[in-house]
Amino acid sequence: MSNKLNQLTISEARDGLEKGDFTSVELTESCIGAMEKARGLNAYITETPELALERAKASDERRSGDGAASGMEGIPIAVKDLFCTEGVLTTAGSHILDGYKPVYESTVSNNLRQGGAVMLGKANLDEFAMGSANITSYYGNVINPWKATDGKDLVPGGSSGGSAAAVASHTCLAATGTDTGGSIRQPASFCGIVGMKPTYGRCSRWGIVAFASSLDQAGPMTKTVRDSAIMLNSMAGHDPKDSTSSPKATPNFEAALTGDIKGLRVGIPAEYKMDGTPEEIVKLWDQGTQWLKDAGAEIVDISLPHTKYALATYYIVAPAEASANLARYDGVRYGLRVDGESLDDMYMNTRGEGFGKEVQRRILMGAYVLSAGYYDAYYKKAQQVRTLISKDFNDAYEKVDVILTPTAPSAAFAIGEKMDDPIAMYLNDVFTVPTSMAGLPGISLPAGLSSSGLPLGLQLIGRAFDEETLYRAAGVLETAANFSAVPAFVEGA
Amino acid sequence: MSYILQGETCEWEVVIGLEVHCQVVSNAKLFSGASTDFGGEPNDHVDLLDAGLPGMLPVINEVCVEQAVRTGLGLKAQINNRSVFSRKNYFYADMPFGYQITQFDQPIVGEGTIVLELGEGHYREVGVERLHLETDAGKSMHDQHPTKSFIDLNRAGVALMEIVSKPDLRSPEEVGAYLRKLRSIVRYLGTCDGNMDEGSMRCDVNVSVRPVGSEELRTRCEMKNVNSVRFAMQAVEYEAQRHIEIYDEGGEIKQETRLFDSSNGTTRSMRSKEEAHDYRYFPDPDLPPLVFSDEFVEQIRATLPELPDERRERYVSDYGLSEYDAGILVAEKDNAVYFEEVAKGRDAKLAANWIISTLFGLLKKEGKSISESPISADRLGKLLDLISNDTISGRIAKDVFEMMIETGNDPETIVEEKGLKQITDTGAIEGAVDEIIAANPDKVAEVQGGKEQLIGWFVGQVMKATQGKANPGAVNGMLKKKLLG
Amino acid sequence: MSLDKADVRKIAYLARIKVPDEDLDHLAGELSQIIDWVEQLAEVNTDGVEPMASVSDVTLPMREDVITGGNRPAEVTANAPEENKGFFLVPKVVE
Ligand SMILES: [Mg+2]
Ligand SMILES: [Zn+2]
Repeated sequence: MSNKLNQLTISEARDGLEKGDFTSVELTESCIGAMEKARGLNAYITETPELALERAKASDERRSGDGAASGMEGIPIAVKDLFCTEGVLTTAGSHILDGYKPVYESTVSNNLRQGGAVMLGKANLDEFAMGSANITSYYGNVINPWKATDGKDLVPGGSSGGSAAAVASHTCLAATGTDTGGSIRQPASFCGIVGMKPTYGRCSRWGIVAFASSLDQAGPMTKTVRDSAIMLNSMAGHDPKDSTSSPKATPNFEAALTGDIKGLRVGIPAEYKMDGTPEEIVKLWDQGTQWLKDAGAEIVDISLPHTKYALATYYIVAPAEASANLARYDGVRYGLRVDGESLDDMYMNTRGEGFGKEVQRRILMGAYVLSAGYYDAYYKKAQQVRTLISKDFNDAYEKVDVILTPTAPSAAFAIGEKMDDPIAMYLNDVFTVPTSMAGLPGISLPAGLSSSGLPLGLQLIGRAFDEETLYRAAGVLETAANFSAVPAFVEGA
Repeated sequence: MSYILQGETCEWEVVIGLEVHCQVVSNAKLFSGASTDFGGEPNDHVDLLDAGLPGMLPVINEVCVEQAVRTGLGLKAQINNRSVFSRKNYFYADMPFGYQITQFDQPIVGEGTIVLELGEGHYREVGVERLHLETDAGKSMHDQHPTKSFIDLNRAGVALMEIVSKPDLRSPEEVGAYLRKLRSIVRYLGTCDGNMDEGSMRCDVNVSVRPVGSEELRTRCEMKNVNSVRFAMQAVEYEAQRHIEIYDEGGEIKQETRLFDSSNGTTRSMRSKEEAHDYRYFPDPDLPPLVFSDEFVEQIRATLPELPDERRERYVSDYGLSEYDAGILVAEKDNAVYFEEVAKGRDAKLAANWIISTLFGLLKKEGKSISESPISADRLGKLLDLISNDTISGRIAKDVFEMMIETGNDPETIVEEKGLKQITDTGAIEGAVDEIIAANPDKVAEVQGGKEQLIGWFVGQVMKATQGKANPGAVNGMLKKKLLG
Repeated sequence: MSLDKADVRKIAYLARIKVPDEDLDHLAGELSQIIDWVEQLAEVNTDGVEPMASVSDVTLPMREDVITGGNRPAEVTANAPEENKGFFLVPKVVE
């Protein structure tokens, strides 16, 4: 166990709090100190230290009373600034939500809060969660705590880049993220942490600023697989306020970490062996396969023939939904207003200034693919291909229990790279998007280092609502990988 | 009766389709838990969802679904056990999401019919294309401030049923009959209060014309949110003439939305800029398909009330009423209930006559509905009893009716106190008859000389002498016997 | 190029986003590039394939017809850029 409280995992902190080794206030203070030192990373848009200490104090009081504590009791976390938080500025990384303080708390952040978690602040993100490098936030880039050998600042991935950087730099024990096409898993891979996107419908979307409603899903970003299981238990659950929330009961995910995967069938999809994937990533993938095999799993070659169309499908479906979801930011009821002569002028000025370039590009793209004459060729076509992508997975799960793939096609890259080429940027999500299109759970965990000493993640994909098997496999992979590298930022701290 | 308009070049027929928005009767809104009550302080009946706050999600109100199904059943329409909500994208200040949640290609209710009543025994079936559920917008007020519009979202999100007719209507009269019948049906069903003044029933009128005999559908114009039956009829009249004049001059009709101006009965192009509407409908990803079982539908069907058409048929067959009278009585459910209460155990035709000609006349004059009637069904029934058992004549009954309104007393008391009981005692009648005969020997001679129609004059004199209380039949018989032998 | 300046101007108006005239060309280029790229979907045979709007297998859950919200006008307008007597204010709309 580290002697720095902020560097603890959730499970370690849970034990320490339970034994009375330290209090939640002490733990929170330690995180607040780390936050201050890590400000240069720009991982937070809003820090809420007073609120955190208040909640930590309340947690300590609850603990000194009787009552069994939840797994998240007293645990300091960062909350992606896409979750609406009561009385706390919520920006979605956008200028257009200037000054917006919700009078309500999102279901997921409320579940955590009710479970005793202590919010340290609101984590930076790509504007409206649109991006894979956390370079589109109105509140500036987030810097990855890991450094390339050439010393350049790297992106943390996105869109949950602030959450990933916050966890990796140990300013918090864990963070919430949201994943629409890879926004939890890809930054987790870039920052060397564990990122879990649960099955669509597992976590309520109520109170999360919507990007693409049929894809958005909240999930935990943690230091370990066990922490992920603990935190997801607190976040998940049926919510009658979200019509797409699953009524299925939430199992005890931590209990699924048996360490035993004998006989587990692991699928290796041929189509993920894409041209141009760096050799070191292919090698890591092979290594991961071997680790699982060594642990008693059966390796099965599978085919997901429509995988290669997933990204194009995603870039029709997600912008289409976003174009409608973001129509409410019109300067009338909250957020930014830029005045104009007429109502239309006011709308155009507000949305022209309030949305950044990438968000505008996606809204326009979405409006275009839905517009008269193009709907069938683009939107409907994409929906049909989505059916085929989903069917591929269903067919595969006849033969296997989980699927192993790389998380991202590269390690973290330097800030400024790929900025002028939207498609090159979109390709970051090539391995994560198919899972999102099918609504399946996917987890990324750090499995090795690139030639330049940067973390690389492997992704496990599970059956719908079978996060238990996913956690079981991920736990074994985590043990085998034994990833212990530390980011430059933390080393230097 | 066909409605043919004479143009310069040919005769024209009008083709009309209606889209009627009916506000669903429910406690809470379609997708939020805010109240549907009218009035209230600005933005009071508004939940976080209705204001389009970030992250808010819609959850559908079961009763609104039931009401739509109930209305569909009332329209003898196809009920779709699977339907889909879509987003209709456009910007408007009182529409908080930037889209309306509505149903597009998969509505909850498909094709149905409405039977129009167009005068005595004359009916026509008009097709209903579909019924779908959607949300209402809020309200913008433009007269509160020199440079600002005020937005109140109290109505935003209230459930509407949009009922779309086929382009089957052919005249302003049919438009009136359609709207009255639809209103009657939804009120019977209790699915909409049908109040056009408060806007709980609003009508978009689509009008085109074509030469008589042609089957083509020409370019139509739409008059939105017409808020009375009369205005809808006026809008059709005006718009049809306008189209004919343009065609006669060799012009073309431009498809557009027009505004009906109720102050002068005309329509005009809306001044808002010529923008290509492109609603970009797509299935709302926040709302999975609405699916219900046949059992759900059957449970609703089991609670359907008797509807106006069936009720009218029953009145004709069971009560022997004319189609016309029956049609009048069933149009409003409250009227029909009142009638049935009066008719119970009594002469139904008598009851119908009294209600239609006397009571409705009174209510119309006073601008009251049947529920506000100064005469209860019970008392009207008792009045009719007094006629039927010969206590008073029909003539006297009209006076008693007036006195019932003035005094608020029941008919028996009035008849008793005012001594209005019919004289059925032959002796008393005979006395009066004899007196009149004795006083008018010249008229007696005329009658006996063959001018028998003068007997009516004698009857009148006897009635006058008895203050109308003598039984006119008895007086007539006695006079005939005494004068003609 | 699959989108021209006029297309971009049209969709920018539909989306109510002010795009300065001088940016139209560049944006048309970018969007065209993305559109050209997603057109790879044309090669997928989707004959008879149902479009998938949602991955969730749930059908629409229904709530009871009970008033559970509203009566919080101050909260509803708490973040309004311009408010007066409980109304939201916008530049005057001329019909
Ligand atoms: Mg209409
Ligand atoms: Zn409508």
